[in-house]
Amino acid sequence: MPDIKITPLGAGQDVGRSCILLTMGGKNIMLDCGMHMGYNDERRFPDFSYISQEGPLTSYIDCVIISHFHLDHCGALPYMSEMVGYSGPIYMTHPTKAIAPILLEDMRKVSVEKKGDQNFFTSQMIKDCMKKVIAVTLHQSLMVDNEIEIKAYYAGHVLGAAMFWIRVGAQSVVYTGDYNMTPDRHLGAAWIDKCRPDLLISESTYATTIRDSKRCRERDFLKKVHECMDRGGKVLIPVFALGRAQELCILLETYWERMNLKAPVYFALGLTEKANNYYKMFITWTNQKIRKTFVQRNMFDFKHIKPFDRSYIDNPGPMVVFATPGMLHAGLSLQIFKKWAPNENNMVIMPGFCVQGTVGHKILNGAKRVEFENKQIVEVKMSVEYMSFSAHADAKGIMQLIQHCEPRNVMLVHGEAEKMEFLKQKILQEFSINCYNPANGETCVISTPVKIPIDVSLPLLKSEARKFSALPPDPKRRRTLHGVLVMKENNVCLMDVDDACKEAGINRHIIRFSSTVHLNDTGPALATAHKLHGFIKENLPQWPVVFAEGEISIESVLVKVEGDEDEQKNVYVSWTNQDEDLGSYILNLLNRMGQ
Amino acid sequence: MKLYCLSNDPNKPCHILTFKEITLMLDCGLSMQSVLNFLPLSFVASSKLSNLPNWMPNDVSDSDLEGELKENGDRIFVDSPPEFCPPLNKLIDFAQVDVILISNYLCMMALPFITEGTGFQGRVYATEPTLQIGRLLLEELVNYIDQCPKASFAAQWKNLIHKLPYPLSDSFKPKSWKQLYNMNDVNASLSRIQMVGYNEKIDVYGALKVMPSSSGFCLGSSNWIITSDHEKIVYLSGSSTLTTHPRPMDHHSLKNADVLIMTDLTQTPISNPDSMLGVLCVVVGLTLRGGGNVLIPCYPTGVVYDLFECLSVKMQDLGVSNCPMFFVSPVADTSLAYSNILAEWLSSVKQNKVYVTEEPFPHGLLVKNNKLKHFKHVYSDGFSTDFQEPCVVFCGHPSLRFGDVVRFIELWGNNPRNCIVFTEPDFDYTEALAPYQPLQMKVAHCAIDTSLNFTQANKLIRDLKPNTLVVPECYTQPPVSAPNLTDYVIENNHDRTLIPYKWGEVINLPLKRKHSQIFIETGVAQKIVPVEVKPGISLSSITGTLSIKDNVHSIQDLSSSVNKASKHVKYEWGSLNVTDFLQKLSQEGISEPKVESHGNVVVIHLQEEDALIQLEDNSTHVVCTGDETLRTKLRSIVMQCLKKF
Ligand SMILES: [Zn+2]
Repeated sequence: MPDIKITPLGAGQDVGRSCILLTMGGKNIMLDCGMHMGYNDERRFPDFSYISQEGPLTSYIDCVIISHFHLDHCGALPYMSEMVGYSGPIYMTHPTKAIAPILLEDMRKVSVEKKGDQNFFTSQMIKDCMKKVIAVTLHQSLMVDNEIEIKAYYAGHVLGAAMFWIRVGAQSVVYTGDYNMTPDRHLGAAWIDKCRPDLLISESTYATTIRDSKRCRERDFLKKVHECMDRGGKVLIPVFALGRAQELCILLETYWERMNLKAPVYFALGLTEKANNYYKMFITWTNQKIRKTFVQRNMFDFKHIKPFDRSYIDNPGPMVVFATPGMLHAGLSLQIFKKWAPNENNMVIMPGFCVQGTVGHKILNGAKRVEFENKQIVEVKMSVEYMSFSAHADAKGIMQLIQHCEPRNVMLVHGEAEKMEFLKQKILQEFSINCYNPANGETCVISTPVKIPIDVSLPLLKSEARKFSALPPDPKRRRTLHGVLVMKENNVCLMDVDDACKEAGINRHIIRFSSTVHLNDTGPALATAHKLHGFIKENLPQWPVVFAEGEISIESVLVKVEGDEDEQKNVYVSWTNQDEDLGSYILNLLNRMGQ
Repeated sequence: MKLYCLSNDPNKPCHILTFKEITLMLDCGLSMQSVLNFLPLSFVASSKLSNLPNWMPNDVSDSDLEGELKENGDRIFVDSPPEFCPPLNKLIDFAQVDVILISNYLCMMALPFITEGTGFQGRVYATEPTLQIGRLLLEELVNYIDQCPKASFAAQWKNLIHKLPYPLSDSFKPKSWKQLYNMNDVNASLSRIQMVGYNEKIDVYGALKVMPSSSGFCLGSSNWIITSDHEKIVYLSGSSTLTTHPRPMDHHSLKNADVLIMTDLTQTPISNPDSMLGVLCVVVGLTLRGGGNVLIPCYPTGVVYDLFECLSVKMQDLGVSNCPMFFVSPVADTSLAYSNILAEWLSSVKQNKVYVTEEPFPHGLLVKNNKLKHFKHVYSDGFSTDFQEPCVVFCGHPSLRFGDVVRFIELWGNNPRNCIVFTEPDFDYTEALAPYQPLQMKVAHCAIDTSLNFTQANKLIRDLKPNTLVVPECYTQPPVSAPNLTDYVIENNHDRTLIPYKWGEVINLPLKRKHSQIFIETGVAQKIVPVEVKPGISLSSITGTLSIKDNVHSIQDLSSSVNKASKHVKYEWGSLNVTDFLQKLSQEGISEPKVESHGNVVVIHLQEEDALIQLEDNSTHVVCTGDETLRTKLRSIVMQCLKKF
């Protein structure tokens, strides 16, 4: 049985730095190449030495596929391609290709300029890396080489996020990246057809959560923001420049309009306009409603949301500020946090998942004091709210996706081990299919059934169909195909034996057996033959028994009666070697009759 | 496999292809030549057009015909809402069509005629731009006809067609002409379209796969590749090898087809689109500098995008950049907006702009800078205040029979400083202008048709190497207008079969299917034992349970419960060596056989056992009465002496 091998270098029982190695049909494919935001050391990148101790990866990897622009899925890409070395193809969707380099550059700046990280990739490396990217469109079937075929499906989650179907020979895998099964304010729901892959590799960030309804969460969020405004507090919303930020902006914009609120809302990023432009130009990737109305009104032109300036941090009075990055691990959001955290009137709303080691993760776990590298200690008196706006599929969504694409096996990645265990049991119970969740560096081997496509001659299929329809209908009857495979150079073709011999240029040798049985049955020979016909039919109900010109034939078995009216009859039975079982069975039958 | 031709216009194609019991419609173009016989629709009652004299054939006094026909100069026009010539519906019942494949937005204008009220239940496939822009074209057309309702419908003239002067007398099947569909039909029809991406393989009832591939002609335009396990049919329609704004044509996927159906080649075989664009720029420059206005009748999408871009640069060079461009169409705003969000369907140059957050087309910027102004109609709010002469006006419809262009000809027709420039190749410009004559304004003809010309088409065919080439008959003869130009044909070549077709014909396409595909599953594959019968040729008999699901055949391991019919059978081959056989017989204790030879036949008689074995080159016959033990023994000896697979 052929195998599919999967080794997570990241995202194995873990969230952050997604990077999964997939081997099937002799091809090696890297799924995502992310970085871990929680680490400053070598742990932030996947361990590429697993692939090759030294030297470039090009000869080990046939292609790299990036699911979406989040850095935990593409953040290590320039490092891998330019510093470790990889010059093969990299695939991602058009919006990902447009947005990923901006986020990479952003992150590079934070890491190098703010934190003074050494051994980090440069701006030029990001550019050189992006030159290796081939952009794909949804549903397009793309041949990476003669054997690898890939196809992207809509994943929701963020603009341009895609799930990838990958096929090599008869084996296929679906890799979901991050996805979202319910439409939100600006994106549609993930969709896949019944592609029946051998393996579905699914994220499982929210493996145990069945999220409350979208509307409730939104109302909750708006209420909390409104209350904070009323008491004169400041709201900090750490976000990534693209993605959730746009959805929350739409939400606040409409609420401010409806409630006629006056408190300022700021979006603290020069990128805002540019980011919103991407949304405008890639409007075909947003949801139905936005697509329908974009000619009249661009959803991403905000009236109430204004650009933020650092000097506003100390302004008095209520305000809402969106600031990057989203996990409070560096940059402006962290700077604002340090200022505002000690005031109990203020509030920070974490709209997404935070990886371990980040300030976001610490305060979400109830930390009341946060210590920084320079020994600075910040008291956290502001209220800390977690709003799950991050568009990941919940348990229900994951189950839905499994139902939609009908995989033979499931693998869970990008989640926490205990939560995965829970979902694993659920999948096993509901679908009775195997479910795996390897840890990082652990290789998982999945056997797949063989399914080799070969040519078959039409006459062979037609003669089978003719035989089958000649038999009385029986729903339980299996259809049987019998033929000869002719393997010539690289061609394999199934045909009937005579054509096969002709094709191969050889002569078949036919072995025939004949026997005579004596029967004491008076009357004309034809009458005896009729009797025998009835008798044989009775004994072989599943067989096509033909009676013609006094002879009975069943497949290659021939039965013939000779002898005069008042004499003992000679019954000749004859068959070819291929019908040995049938022939000898009938001979026995007749012999018993004769006794 | 059969091909039905339902349209008489190779540039507005409509075919039916039947293959493997699937009925596919390839395009549903709507021929609009019929509208040229009608009087233009003007929304100004006092227009000269509404005051043309009636015309009656000499010997006819039928009062029903009164007022149906109007005369202008030597031409006769029907005074009625224009009618269109939908695809032929006599050859096939549209309810039987399983799938409609649309190549580009110019080849779908008959869709509501096919899908609405006909019992059609199939699926329609088109790319996203084809659907979105096609919608604009359909909406615009309906809007144009609706905004000028006519009180009466002329019908009697069709009965007297033989008494009418040319070209009305030569009209193609006027009795089959129909009034245009309405918005409800358009919406219902378009809601049936399923959007597909380039190179997306779509399964059709398990029997076929269809896949659109970029054709380089316009936004979202595609050629279709129709494949079964062993056959490949390529339908090539509206393709271009020139570099303009759309994604370039994808040649690779079109290669080595069993059948290549090629249609929708250029309508201006003699002129070159680049030089025409050059002429256009010169004409526009001269006219504006002379204080005249330029009227460019056009569709609301396609080449106009390139014209906006090109003209804005040229006008700057020529020092007339203070003259505005007006784009007047009920769908102008949507057309401009859509073209800038379809980056994935554009040439790489345009696509790359998106990566640096620039809009792919400059018309957004032109609108912002007031160089290009767009309005739904001439009577829309704001138009009269913004209107400024001299200027360039782009508006529809290129037939000059309806749309705001009618108003502009009425306004500008009498001034020789103005100029009307024909860029769309669909209509003959002298025919289009006939109802307005005499006109004082200048006329320039710069038809820009980027689709394949004959040289390009012939080169492409050589490259694609189809076995059989199927083309409209008119492509096998020089153009009617230039019979001496024998280069303007599709070449016949002995490497392939060339099959011409014409309207109303049903063509048998030569495609003899010999093979199909079957999947061998694990259990069966494991039992394959290849026997090399000759160097490089191996055989292996296989037996398995056949399962057929959605037309996909696969063969699985025989389950234990099946009847005796399903045993794994092998075959013997080659000849049997008599000496070898006799030796084996004696080893088994069967001695003193009587051996006789008659030519090729050797008969071995086992006297003691009363059995007979007759050996020939390719057969062995064992005649043995009664004793099964003996027969089984003999069988095993015979089989030991033979090779099998
Ligand atoms: Zn993500």
